[in-house]
Amino acid sequence: MSAQAGALRSLVDFYATGMRTAVQSQFQYRVANYFWMVGMLAEPVIYLVVWTTVARAQGGELNGITAGQFAAYYIVWTLVRNMNIVFTPYGWEWRIRDGQLSGLLLRPLHPLHYDLAYFAGWKVVVIVLWLPVAGILALAFRPELSPNVAQVAAFALAIWGAYLIRSMFLWLLGMLSFWTTRVSAVFEVFFVGELLLSGRLVPMQLMPEWVQGLAGFTPFYWTFGFPIEALVADLDGRTLVEGLLLQALWTLIGLGLVLVAWRYAVRRYSAVGN
Amino acid sequence: MTGALRLAWLFFRVGALNELQYRVNFVMQLFHSALALATGLVVLALVFSHTTELRGWSHGELLAVLGVHILMGGAIRVAIQPNMNRLMEEIRDGTLDYALTKPEDAQLLVSLREVRTWQGVELVTGAVVLGYALTRVGGEAGPLDAAAFALLLLVGAAMIYSFWLVLATGAFWLVRMDQAAELFEGVYQTGRWPVGVYPPLLRVWLTFLVPIAFAVTVPAEAATGRLEWTTVVLALAFGAALFAFARWFFRQGLKRYSGASA
Repeated sequence: MSAQAGALRSLVDFYATGMRTAVQSQFQYRVANYFWMVGMLAEPVIYLVVWTTVARAQGGELNGITAGQFAAYYIVWTLVRNMNIVFTPYGWEWRIRDGQLSGLLLRPLHPLHYDLAYFAGWKVVVIVLWLPVAGILALAFRPELSPNVAQVAAFALAIWGAYLIRSMFLWLLGMLSFWTTRVSAVFEVFFVGELLLSGRLVPMQLMPEWVQGLAGFTPFYWTFGFPIEALVADLDGRTLVEGLLLQALWTLIGLGLVLVAWRYAVRRYSAVGN
Repeated sequence: MTGALRLAWLFFRVGALNELQYRVNFVMQLFHSALALATGLVVLALVFSHTTELRGWSHGELLAVLGVHILMGGAIRVAIQPNMNRLMEEIRDGTLDYALTKPEDAQLLVSLREVRTWQGVELVTGAVVLGYALTRVGGEAGPLDAAAFALLLLVGAAMIYSFWLVLATGAFWLVRMDQAAELFEGVYQTGRWPVGVYPPLLRVWLTFLVPIAFAVTVPAEAATGRLEWTTVVLALAFGAALFAFARWFFRQGLKRYSGASA
């Protein structure tokens, strides 16, 4: 029992150190981080402008969503999107080809821990840098946002749930690189599916019913739509708790798949350089 | 002028021969273009399932905008962006010497060296989408509109080129401009929608700061027969001014360049 407690404590310690390292190294690249964030803003601003225009043309609201609520949705979107950025599946090709993975394999912990800790630390930097961006967007687009305490609390948890789910599934996707080098086509299909089924393109309630039904079978909604709606939509306490539980469930499903796939993937790896 | 054309043709041939070695890339490019097109069509269909027009543009007309956007995007990725990326890289590494010591005009040379043939798929896709859109809109567009469209497309491409040249020239002072290409890709996506849908301030930026309105919206206006002649005059004047500025700015940049060996 105490050995287990010790292992857990050292894992917590590991995460704290990994995050601290990421915070310190990423804060040095404030300008690069900002450049990146500004380049990413084009996407939500386009969606926001188009849907606000449609809402105005329809007499102020679309399926019950007003211009101000669209603004709130896409401004919160920018934070959720930033939380969603995890180790890219395209990065696996580089890890394998360059033999980077050999170093990771020599360490005592599963490599998943290193990515999770590092990107989690980066998120702290991202949230701090995002605040002024959100302020400017709010001034420009006047969002309607009045969440209650429960919603704020659920949102604070849900963005981390989104982070974990997307970490798992992009890891899973990236591991395809162990079997073939022509994986970018698969990645692209995945990202298009995510765009349409997650709430990234548009709030899911504007999608046709059958698309919403289809989305229910994927983890996508829990990485974009749910965390955003937790804050901007009028979800009751029960829906919020259920949503968080489903996020936990998808995280566990993703984790299970990653662990199984990893066992087979790593057998296919032949290190470069030795 | 004939010299420039001959040089462009030569580089095009070398580039094409080079890429013809990698045929699987062609299939990948086809797949990539098809997926991007399908996504664009789905988004349009989604918007028009909730409305019948967007700031006076019908579904068919926005399809024409999408066609021009893909077409211009293809031109950018075939010829403009690869050259400008290489220019920025060589300024940073100091290997621009190899281009500068050649007898041709430096700007001409750095703008022609790279050609990505396979990206030409986008040119075809864009043209097909535009053609289909025009049959749906039902043409009032006559030969004069067609000529205006061709002219404005060229002027638009020249403006995007000038903008990119100014951006790349910035590397003479700032050295590291790695993010420039990604930043431009992001901003270029705004061109998928007519510039009129954006709020006033953004509209001005997307017209005069990054000339996406001139590159996409204006040619699309010509193709769908909604062009006003004042827009043509403005496009020509602004295009000429931007090109002249880019050329002057590039020369200022060259004066700062000291090479790898100095």
